[in-house]
Amino acid sequence: MSWKITSDLIPDLARGAAVLGTGGGGDPYIGALLATQALREHGDVTVVTLDEVPADAVVLTVAMMGAPTVMVEKLPSLDEVTAPVHALGTYLGSPVTHIACAEIGGVNSTIPIAAAAALGLPLLDADGMGRAFPELQMVLPTLSGITASPLAFSDEKGNVGVLQTIDNSWTERIARVACVEMGCSVMISGFPMSGEQAQEALVPGSLAHCIEIGRGIVAAQEAKADPVERTVALLGGRELFAGKVVDVQRGTTTGFSRGRARIEGADATLSLSFQNEHLIAEADGRTLVTTPDLIIVLEHDSGEPITTEALRYGQRVRVISAPSDERWHAPEALAMVGPAYFGYDQPSHRFDGSVEEPLKVAA
Amino acid sequence: MHIGIDVGGTNTDAVLMDGTHTLAGVKHSTTPDVTSGIVQAIEDLRSGHHFEGEQIDAVMIGTTHFINALVQAKRLAPTAALRLGLPATKALPPLVDWPEALVEAISARSYLAHGGYEFDGRPISPLDPDELRAHAADMKANGIRSVAISSVFSPVNHDLEVEAGRIIAEELGPDVAISLSHEIGRIGLLERENATIINAALRELASEIVDGLTTAVRRQGIDAQIFLSQNDGTLMDEDYVRLYPVATFASGPTNSMRGAAVTSGLETCAVVDVGGTTADIGLLINGFPRETANVVKVAGIRTNFRMPDVLSLGIGGGSIVDTETGEVGPESVGYRLTTEALVFGGSTLTATDIAVAAGRADVGDPSKVAHLDPDLVSRVLARIAERVAEAVDRMRTSPEPIPVVAVGGGSILLPELLPLFGKVHRPENYAVANAIGASIAQVGGEIDKVYSIEPGRREEALSDVRAEAVDKAIAAGASPRSVAIVDFDEVPIPYLPGNATRIRVKAVGDLDMAV
Repeated sequence: MSWKITSDLIPDLARGAAVLGTGGGGDPYIGALLATQALREHGDVTVVTLDEVPADAVVLTVAMMGAPTVMVEKLPSLDEVTAPVHALGTYLGSPVTHIACAEIGGVNSTIPIAAAAALGLPLLDADGMGRAFPELQMVLPTLSGITASPLAFSDEKGNVGVLQTIDNSWTERIARVACVEMGCSVMISGFPMSGEQAQEALVPGSLAHCIEIGRGIVAAQEAKADPVERTVALLGGRELFAGKVVDVQRGTTTGFSRGRARIEGADATLSLSFQNEHLIAEADGRTLVTTPDLIIVLEHDSGEPITTEALRYGQRVRVISAPSDERWHAPEALAMVGPAYFGYDQPSHRFDGSVEEPLKVAA
Repeated sequence: MHIGIDVGGTNTDAVLMDGTHTLAGVKHSTTPDVTSGIVQAIEDLRSGHHFEGEQIDAVMIGTTHFINALVQAKRLAPTAALRLGLPATKALPPLVDWPEALVEAISARSYLAHGGYEFDGRPISPLDPDELRAHAADMKANGIRSVAISSVFSPVNHDLEVEAGRIIAEELGPDVAISLSHEIGRIGLLERENATIINAALRELASEIVDGLTTAVRRQGIDAQIFLSQNDGTLMDEDYVRLYPVATFASGPTNSMRGAAVTSGLETCAVVDVGGTTADIGLLINGFPRETANVVKVAGIRTNFRMPDVLSLGIGGGSIVDTETGEVGPESVGYRLTTEALVFGGSTLTATDIAVAAGRADVGDPSKVAHLDPDLVSRVLARIAERVAEAVDRMRTSPEPIPVVAVGGGSILLPELLPLFGKVHRPENYAVANAIGASIAQVGGEIDKVYSIEPGRREEALSDVRAEAVDKAIAAGASPRSVAIVDFDEVPIPYLPGNATRIRVKAVGDLDMAV
């Protein structure tokens, strides 16, 4: 059943998106503020569940591409949010009917709301990942054979480009170069799909889930209950570890913030490897969980999600894991978002610790 | 000799110092008007230790006037916020997330104009002088007396802010104050812009206060230069205060921490200030408070200017004790301690009662707590020690050992030995520590910018930035030989090409008092 996103839902949604962002996705403040302003200016956004999308709908994903650090300085103007959707509608020759989130983590869960509001289009209660990943092609539609291109991108100056590429990795490569030239913060729209394809390829119920998680944390805080426990229950996951952050090392390689954090618990040490998002959790040399399942760091008592950028020495945290969408565990999916893709030589471990078949990754 | 004065919300402390030696210290209630409080403090000091006006080399003052004016939304100037960045940033114009009452209190007007830079210093669009002149005309028509100018990525290049400031000043005349964002905040446009608008709204008040302070000091026959404390503990001269009143916002906690450190003879330590309701914990590194990396909300407005990182626990002398769990706080009897606590004949079991029962303090009537279960007493104190130790541990940035200094009336709650940290230092002379903190005569220079560092040229780039910070400290009045780098931070920025790195350097030196 369809429902409305109103500005008072945004704080819960943004908090939930930071949880599902698994440490990545940037400062949720600007994204939340953008969505709030757009809703105030253009009115509420209608959210349509996947089961009620017409089969012949024309669905596009909308996202920000670039550096979150740039976006907190060069704020968006909202024109660049609508421009790529219009450009792609023109290129496709059929009017766009629905907007969807490519990922449900960090700013990319709120920017499509601003876009839908400004365009006056309904938004799907769905997303392409069920979490956050760093690269454009890392969405479930890629697995369903839906191509990122034609993909449109635009900057605030009015420059718009439409890419037609041979595969999604090429879209990522070319768009990334254009993104840097255009000032490292652009809006993109792509993955054109029909309503029928969207039903098959997207993760259903993402926005409602975000709001539920965000609201659960706040409600538990207010009821003096345990927000972390509540979150674990809502995600169907498990609590991995509790302890104190004793070391965070980070560096930037090839544009991504890579690093490791060590968390000391009562009788063990947990090590987290991250690359914008948390990718691997190990305790005393033994792997507990890896990408694509979710590894989430929450503040020990308040349950507030902590991004990898905000991790620092002395924080008391709890680390939880949760299952990702089952489709991420298919061999071709693991080749795209498993530990090996990110340069870690080990098989994928599910949120409950079970090991998946090691994969041969094409060089 | 020099004089340090700290005008807090409740008390005004003053000290007469000879170098680092305290010759006299006085304390009394803060007066509603600045001038008479300062006059009285100086007179009291003179009767404690006689001095002639010409013997005084400098007067350092810490004040909460400016932050109070903002919190109370009083005496703020009609202010315009002008942002250079079009066609970017339109979706979130200046003042976007401000409380309505404050927007009204400063009769705020918000303007967007072309300009601004990309992350790598390329222009977004050129300035349009005609557009700026039209905005200026509108400001004039609306009675604007102070203007805050921000520009996208001005921490990378501030030329356009300076140029726009020149054009606006030309149109509005010399009586209108101009505040530029690159001189006030760091990366993060909205937060930097907010701090700049706050600064702009306080500019008229700043002139009034500086004039008042100067008159008060001169009337005491003191011709020495007057300085005010900044958030980071360094000093600014009166001309600087007129331009950047916002830099005084957190001088209260900073002076308290620095005073505690100086009186205990420590430069790097954790300071635990236990009052009636809270224990405030901060960290001093080389004599300066560690600054928070987080966004700080002031009067409901998000800002990112440099504030000391202070963690508050709900533990104080007046905290109410739960006899079931052995936990204290966050509820407190507060200022009613002397009537509500058991030792003062009241009926509420407070943390102070526990300290008295344990023999740690001798206040009130100890016989009134003689009945307390010794098990409960030791359990409560152990829990307080554990929570404070955990908070100090949370504040420090590495597992290196760090001494702990305890101050404030509620510090009787703390043991001689704190878990994880060992001996607790308790400085004497703490009553006037805020004024002693204000009197520490150091000035600084800080650089916080995004640099694109070419491979193999990192060392060269870093030494350039360090030299720039040192020059800035010397320009602020530091004696060149004493200048040292006290803070250095290098953070790579994700998703940016060209090894973009944000570098922050702070250089500090002793104030050259011969000037």
